[in-house]
This record gives sequence, C-alpha cells and structure tokens, in this order.
Amino acid sequence: MNDQTLFSIFFSAMVVNNFTLAMFLGLCPFMGVSARVETALRMGLANIFVLVLTSLSAWVLNTFILESVPYLRIISFIIVVASLVQIVEMAVKKLSPTLFRQLGIFLPLMTTNCAIFGLAIFQTNRGYGFFQGLTFAVGAGLGLTLALVLMASIRESVEFSDVPEIAKGTGLVLIIAGTLSMAFMGFAGLL
Amino acid sequence: MRKTTPSQDFIRGIWNENPVLIQMLGLCPALAVTNSVKNALAMSAATFFVICCSSVLVSSCKRFIPNEVRISAYILVIATFVTLADMLLQAYAPVQHKELGAFIALIVVNCMILGRQEAFSAKNNVYRSLLDAIGTGIGFTIALVMMGGFREILGTGSFLEYSLFGANFEPWVIMVLPAGGFLTLGFILLAMGFVEQRKKTKTTLTAEQSP
Repeated sequence: MNDQTLFSIFFSAMVVNNFTLAMFLGLCPFMGVSARVETALRMGLANIFVLVLTSLSAWVLNTFILESVPYLRIISFIIVVASLVQIVEMAVKKLSPTLFRQLGIFLPLMTTNCAIFGLAIFQTNRGYGFFQGLTFAVGAGLGLTLALVLMASIRESVEFSDVPEIAKGTGLVLIIAGTLSMAFMGFAGLL
Repeated sequence: MRKTTPSQDFIRGIWNENPVLIQMLGLCPALAVTNSVKNALAMSAATFFVICCSSVLVSSCKRFIPNEVRISAYILVIATFVTLADMLLQAYAPVQHKELGAFIALIVVNCMILGRQEAFSAKNNVYRSLLDAIGTGIGFTIALVMMGGFREILGTGSFLEYSLFGANFEPWVIMVLPAGGFLTLGFILLAMGFVEQRKKTKTTLTAEQSP
C-alpha cells in the first residue's frame, strides 16, 4: 500500500505530472477537441466523470478479483473501460438528451482514450487505496480539463494571427503544447 | 474500395500513410517513450509484435466475428497480445520493461492498431493483412527511432549510449523532458510541411513553363 498524502497525490496528478502535458496521455482529444473553449470544457468535465468511475471499478477489480489472476489485468481493465463508457453513454442519452447531442462522437471515443486506461494502470502500479485512487482520478481529470481549456484559448487567439503557411494545423498545435509543457515544468518544485 | 497490389499494401504504411507522421495515430507512445533510441526500439518491437499477430488473427477469424460486436472483439484480441508482449519483455528484457513501465500496457489503446484492424484486416485476406501490418509496423518504428535519435543526440549528446561530441558538449536537457517530445514532433511536421510546399511550387512552376 502506498502512503502518499491525498494532497500531494492531487497536486501531482493535476499540475506537476499533468496527464496531457507531462505524461502524453489523452492526446487525441487534446488535438481534436481543443479548437473551441466551450467544447474543450465540456470534454474535460465528461472526462472527470468517466475517470472517477474508472478509478472506482479498477479498485473493485484489484481488491476482489485480480489478486489471484494478475495476468488478466490488461484484458479486464479494457473490458471494464469499454462497458463503462457504454453505460455512461446510455445514461446520458436517457437523462439529458441535450448534453448527449453536445458531446457527440467524443463520448464513445473515450474507450480508446489513453488517459482513462492509463489511470487504471497507474493506480494499480502505485498501489493506491480507495480514497487515494479517487483523489488521483479527480486530480487527473481537473488537470486534463485545465490543459484542454488552456490549449483551446490559445488556439482561439492564434486563429486570427498571421501564421506561416507551413505551420498551419498540427505542427503549430504541437509547438504550442511544447511551450505549455515547459510552463508546467515550473510546477516541478512544488512537491 | 479501390484496388491495391500487395506491394502497395506493404509500402503505404511505411511512408505515404505513415501512422505517426501523417495520420497522427499512436501519438502517446511516440512522444512518451522516445527520450532514448533504446526505449524507442523496445517500444516499436512490442507494437510490431502486437499489430502483426492481431492482424493475422483478425483477418483469419473475420468470418466468425459478428458485425455488431467487432470493435470489442478486436480490442480483446489486441489486449491478449499486449499481455503476451508484456510478459515476454518482462522475461527477456527486464531493464527495458521497467523503463517503459505502464506504457507497454497502454499499447492496447494505441488507435493505430485498432485502426488497421477495422480499416484493413477486417476486409482482406491473411497474407495482405500481414503485409499491411508489417508495413505499418515499420512506419511506426521509423517515426519512433527518428524522434528518439533527435532527442537523444540533442538531449544527451550520445546515440545508443555512445558519446558523440565528447565531454565539452552542453546537452539540451529540455529535449529529453516531456516538452522536448512535443517540440521535436512539431518541428518534424514543420519540416515536412516545408518540403511539401516546395514540391508544390516546383510542380506549378514546371506546369507554367511547359504549357
């Protein structure tokens, strides 16, 4: 069992080891959904929700089932993530059709989002307990949202500036991400 | 679907539709483990193994997989081979396995592999699917080793741990840190955009000169 304090887990996951900018997890939505601040924010919030659910189910699996069959870990985690996303999708569709329309394709795409699967794996590797896992999930989710919103606001302002022809598109996004990542390195001394 | 010859299936993934540099798939591993050439090679080898095995299995079993659950079936096949790759690396290259850590398990969610199953192996025979998988695997390896090379040479002044510039070289530490990954891929893309643009102007110029 890991004995890190909840506070340090939270801040480590949110800013110091930010999932997107320091560990390269969840890059697909980071590139794809970061053109508008509003969509980025919604995507981030949906991510927090799924991350918390994943953390809970990973804890249940680890404590009660995987103890005796550790080699089934990857397979069982991916099944859990896939079915979880499916359930969330159905629930959202039933409870709030408006939100369902707004999220569109990004809801089902969460199955192959490395941030979600990565959370389950990292949580297991570090031996987090129940509350530690929950804190880790919320911190990581907030970190993802922060990175997405920052990126989206930068991209919104860059849109109207005069960028060289060759830099339009992904190249520019990656260089902005590099700069953001450098800025986040400033948090390294925090813990 | 347009007809392609087997050699086109093979070559396509290597350069024209390079998974990382052109299609922007599988970026997570491409950025996360390329801080040295050695890690990049270990990661590409594991991915190569997984994509070849899953392509063969998916294309040979495509008749038995119902259309409605095909994505889950592909993911299960991929997860099985990732578990195998994880165990093999742990047994034969424990040092690399420790260094790559959770990123081996993360091969499961590499969109490149699932993308090849859905786009190619599900519709073609075993031989063509294997060729396609090998091509994509080689393309992935080229991209990873290229990035690993840039980052290791600039970030530590060595290549495959052999020192290149002697003791007086001041390493650019930023290149082996996460920010360096984003910057390296960004600059590679800019360079490719530049070459592409040059080619385009050249063709329009020749077209104007010889009417």
